[in-house]
Amino acid sequence: MTDPALPALAALLLPAAAFLILALAGPLRRLGRPAAYLSIVFSAVALVAAIGAFRLAGAAGYSAWVWSWIPAEAGPLATVGVMADGDSALMLVLVALVSFLVQVYSLGYLSDESMPSLGRYYTYQSLFAFSMMGLVLAPNFVQLFICWELVGLCSYLLIGYWYTRPEAARAAVKAFWITKAADIGMLIGIVLLWRQTGTFDFLELLQLVDAGALPLAGLGVITFCIYLGASGKSAQFPFHIWLPDAMEGPTPVSALIHAATMVTAGVYLLTRTVWLFRLTPDVMQIIAWNGAFTALLAAVLACVQSDIKRVLAYSTVSQLGYMMAAIGAGFASAGFLHLLTHGIFKALLFLGAGAVIHAVGANDIFAMGGLRRRMPQTFIVFLVGTLSLAGIPLFGGFFSKEEILGAVLVGGFPVPFAMLLLGAFLTAFYMFRVIFIAFFGAPAASHGAGDHHVHDAPPFMALPLWILAVMSVGLGVGFVAWHPKAEFEALGWVTYAAVGVAVAGIALAYLVYERRAISADALATAFAPIRAAALRRFWIDDLFAGIYRWLMLPFSSLVGWIDRYFVDGILNVLSAWTLSAGSAIRRIQSGRAQDYVYGIALGVLLLMVWIRWPR
Amino acid sequence: MTVGLGAYLTLAAVLFAIGFFGVVTRRNTIGILLGIELMLNAVNINLVAFARFNADVVGMIFTTFTIPITVAEVALGLAIVILIFRTKRTAIADHLDILRG
Repeated sequence: MTDPALPALAALLLPAAAFLILALAGPLRRLGRPAAYLSIVFSAVALVAAIGAFRLAGAAGYSAWVWSWIPAEAGPLATVGVMADGDSALMLVLVALVSFLVQVYSLGYLSDESMPSLGRYYTYQSLFAFSMMGLVLAPNFVQLFICWELVGLCSYLLIGYWYTRPEAARAAVKAFWITKAADIGMLIGIVLLWRQTGTFDFLELLQLVDAGALPLAGLGVITFCIYLGASGKSAQFPFHIWLPDAMEGPTPVSALIHAATMVTAGVYLLTRTVWLFRLTPDVMQIIAWNGAFTALLAAVLACVQSDIKRVLAYSTVSQLGYMMAAIGAGFASAGFLHLLTHGIFKALLFLGAGAVIHAVGANDIFAMGGLRRRMPQTFIVFLVGTLSLAGIPLFGGFFSKEEILGAVLVGGFPVPFAMLLLGAFLTAFYMFRVIFIAFFGAPAASHGAGDHHVHDAPPFMALPLWILAVMSVGLGVGFVAWHPKAEFEALGWVTYAAVGVAVAGIALAYLVYERRAISADALATAFAPIRAAALRRFWIDDLFAGIYRWLMLPFSSLVGWIDRYFVDGILNVLSAWTLSAGSAIRRIQSGRAQDYVYGIALGVLLLMVWIRWPR
Repeated sequence: MTVGLGAYLTLAAVLFAIGFFGVVTRRNTIGILLGIELMLNAVNINLVAFARFNADVVGMIFTTFTIPITVAEVALGLAIVILIFRTKRTAIADHLDILRG
């Protein structure tokens, strides 16, 4: 067995099987725990298969198994299948790993749920794992788009998992709407691309690009449309507003979908088709600038949040901006590397935050405080995740973030580079703000008083945390020992600058929130306008709400009025006429046989006259 | 003096018209049945006259069928009238309009 497509296909089909079993066998699903064990076992086997695919893909280059689908006159219009190569197999391992760990973790996190509800959760989880793997392994745009929508659906279902809470239901609908709006752009882009080239297939498109046979006219519109879809899924400005609200879902869901895998699908798509985007430098410029802008904007927003999950959500938006910026600068591999490391340490951070929330019973960091002594294990793993995110050497995020910074600078974007550097400073600041407020200092009064026993996570939850923490450190140390070859010659001082701003951010957070040498209030007044704007989320949510309320709603009520009174009106008048004509004509049917005889005689007479009429 | 085909046809037409007049004007159902009989016999006269003048026996054969069928029809019709009279206590055609729209 040397074909990586075989284990990749197995990894893809195992969660699908788990989903089908749980979806069809209602009694099993309602049992809850057995359903969870089934889903976990299937995802564990899928993880093994994914690792197998990755090992084989390293040796075999790439391998695509496709089956024809949508038959048409000149060969099948589209195909489905798996394409296993280095990138997709690596991504597959990440998806399978985080999915498996999150499913194990959820057993502890959702232990208070009712059993049918737990079964429903694991059904969605299996569907998500299948959809995401289908997206990762897609050999063409059609399968990718279908799986793209499927993961969007899973995101919607899982954000709204506690659907009885109005905020969760509203957040689910918001996420669905915003990503759908962006996906329309992507669909248009895919169809336009097909019209220009006649194929959806990645390999055929790549061959066209290599041969220089792809017409460049209008390609910018196509790539921009595809980028729109990617920016919706990957929460880039201005579509980033759905991600913080998506935190209404259970925390493990946030870790899996809204940090490690689904939101990175946009970055993955751009990495996958970067040869297409390279043909349109204008769009690449937009991607780089918008990525850097998103990174900075979200970092500023994260500094004023008090909900631990929202801090992490904005940090995810910010890190996605870093990845996009690297891709826009022309170095997709740097972005992809950050995607992988970010997937590990952000899942770790979310799961750690979940452990804290589970123990404290609140999301507000000011309601925590002093957790370092009460939850030492959680503190250590959370600190590892934070150091990785801040980009401290020997931790997971250091190398990839430094590479992104170098890539953006070498790619010829000095201003975005400065924005990203400032973003890195803010990243270190807001993450250590959380650390110092939540884990250091005095215990907050709300949980200090014995009625709520705060303790470390149970083994089911602790095990995934430790695995991810060890991997974060392992990646960081591994990158030092085995330096992945960069596509470019990085400038030496970028490393020092990156580490410098991270340490400066940590130091500032230390001085403000631990030492209190600088008053947080003084800092707030110094940056009062930015702070006020950030607390209003820079009015971007209001802008969307305004567009909806003042543009979409009047328009749709106008359309509704036309439909109700004009289109329906015509039909109503016609049917009313038919009815009144019927009630007028019914008098002809008198029920008396003699009247009918009259009628027949008259008819025969008319016929005779007509026949005999002189012409 | 020989009587031509036209005379027979005229007789038949007059008889048919009288029968039709009876059918559409009589209020009594039995009267209507009588009118129908007249119309049928007008047709019989036509058939026999054409058979006689065209030296073709088909018309005669038709007539020998029509007469018994007419008899059967009258018997059936009278039976229906009696049944209607038993249930509705009337035999007036204008009162029998339960199929009115």
